[in-house]
Amino acid sequence: MAYNCVVLIKQVPDTKRITGKAMNDDGTVNRSALPAIFNPEDLNALELALQIKDKFGGKITVITMGLPAAGAILRDSLFRGADEAILLTDAKCAASDTLATSYILSCAVKKIDYDIVLCGRQAIDGDTAQVGPQLAEKLGVPQITYVEELIELNDKTITARRNIGAGWQQVKAKLPVLLTVTADANEPRVAAAKKMMKYKNARTPIEVEQKIKLENAEAAEADIKKLAEHKCSELEKKGLLIKQWNLDFVGADLTWCGRNGSPTKVHRIQSVVLASKETKSIEPNDRGISDMIHELIEDKIIA
Amino acid sequence: MIDVNRQGEVWVFAEQHNGHLEDTPIELMSRARRLADTLGVKLAAAVLGNGARDIAAKLIHYGADKVYLAEHPLLVAYQTNSYAKVIFDLIHKHKPQIVLYGATAAGRDLAPRVASAAKAGLTADCTDLQIGDHKTTDGDTHKNLLFQIRPAFGGNIIATIINYDRWPQMATVREGVMPMPEPDVGRKGEIIQEKVQISQQDLPLEILEEHKRPKKVNLKAARIIVAGGAGVGSKDNFKLVWDLANCLGAAPAATRAAVDLGFIDSDHQVGQTGTTVRPSLYIAVGISGAIQHQAGMSGSQKIIAINNDPGAPIFQIAHYKILGDLNVVVPKMIKTLREKSIKEEKAEA
Repeated sequence: MAYNCVVLIKQVPDTKRITGKAMNDDGTVNRSALPAIFNPEDLNALELALQIKDKFGGKITVITMGLPAAGAILRDSLFRGADEAILLTDAKCAASDTLATSYILSCAVKKIDYDIVLCGRQAIDGDTAQVGPQLAEKLGVPQITYVEELIELNDKTITARRNIGAGWQQVKAKLPVLLTVTADANEPRVAAAKKMMKYKNARTPIEVEQKIKLENAEAAEADIKKLAEHKCSELEKKGLLIKQWNLDFVGADLTWCGRNGSPTKVHRIQSVVLASKETKSIEPNDRGISDMIHELIEDKIIA
Repeated sequence: MIDVNRQGEVWVFAEQHNGHLEDTPIELMSRARRLADTLGVKLAAAVLGNGARDIAAKLIHYGADKVYLAEHPLLVAYQTNSYAKVIFDLIHKHKPQIVLYGATAAGRDLAPRVASAAKAGLTADCTDLQIGDHKTTDGDTHKNLLFQIRPAFGGNIIATIINYDRWPQMATVREGVMPMPEPDVGRKGEIIQEKVQISQQDLPLEILEEHKRPKKVNLKAARIIVAGGAGVGSKDNFKLVWDLANCLGAAPAATRAAVDLGFIDSDHQVGQTGTTVRPSLYIAVGISGAIQHQAGMSGSQKIIAINNDPGAPIFQIAHYKILGDLNVVVPKMIKTLREKSIKEEKAEA
């Protein structure tokens, strides 16, 4: 039997490859110093969904909540084999913490017919690992976190092995279920050339509009809108229009979205400053090392 | 949803498995005690399980004024839904102002589920907790909030998170960042047996099999750590790290880069995604000192850094800077230490 999967993905700044100062002088995060990438463990979640599809069939829907630029990771998902991609974007999503994010995502996921929801274990910008479990609670489905291996899927039940820190656990649950997937689960496949050819021109409505605006700087708002609508319907006919949803469309109650819906607030952000302690330089020769070791023994650091 | 209340207690979720109390909630007790004292409220621990009264008594020794003990045959093994439901019910009943969890696998699985049900804020993986005041942009001042302090953006920034309009204030706290308190066996406190209402429906998972694998090394308990980075060059050459560790009775450790290169098992990893350590002596061999690594070891009492790159950031936090080839320096250190122990043996003979 076939299983429908929803995969939640996020575009994140590549915190591991920082190309300049991470912080601006005014204390905000300097996003331009951080290239935007597909959150690594979300790729593992997508790969697990693709493996399920390869074996059992079914449909894979990928959703991201983010800025218009996140269209890039939706295309990437299509290149790798996702069937449908949805950009959930709305200015009212801004400043959402994990609780508000999970609420908004739950509104979107509820619009889709699913058996399994897959998330990456955590995103590398916040490293919280909270959205998956919070989303499971909002959907009212069980969660299997830190999935390392899918053992069995049959008759609407799933068996998976999960990492429990010092060891592992094999658990079984009835579907629907939400999984958070770790980097150990698989090796994400690369984009397929055929699919790249097919989807390279796939665009979200907002990308279409932004491009037309750029090319027709002088044009009136109404004309741009018209041109964009025309282009979108063209793309749609070719199956290249990426769906775009907003909070109104998914029926989200604004009380629980954005800043209003976020109990946690930022009090202060500090750039990490390397502590400058008193450093003693030791010559890399017998004398230097011997003196250092004797000093450590005298200080009772070494027995 | 719980309204802001100033009399609410400070709580620690006391994670236990099969009658064994985890280290992280114990580490949390000393800081939670300080927070409760600053606020002038009681410190309570919440224990879930079946037959966990001994653990409740232990928690009082570690500083709890009260222990809420929730026992039920269905709570014998940890499961997300059942534990989340019981914790949620307890929070609803007693209205604590702060609830802390260890950022263990179970803690990070449980706390967000509780937070979502309670529509409460939650900050993940804190490395520090303080009490302080916050002034909003509107000019309102909220006094005595929990400052939830954590690294973000891959350790490049430190964020202080608060929540002032919906409570409880909840956080998970990284393993190993707070020192273990000494138990005081004379301490008295109150154990409150709670009524538990759960049924089989609250256990949607079937645990088929479980394998606990003790870590190959206990880095948190090590007094001396010798850690190697990518600069060590190869798995064969990593023997230098093992040898130096052996001479010192130290624990061998590594950076994430060295683990990813296959030089050593991930149990030995120190840093933001590994273990946080605070030994008396930390010897960094061929480690450049990325911020993610520093996050896990900068609390060491003394740091020796051996690196041939004068610009390595590790030198900025090192007490002893050895600019040189680790393949020369480490054997010299081993030789010096061996000579010293031979001399001592001779002296004893």
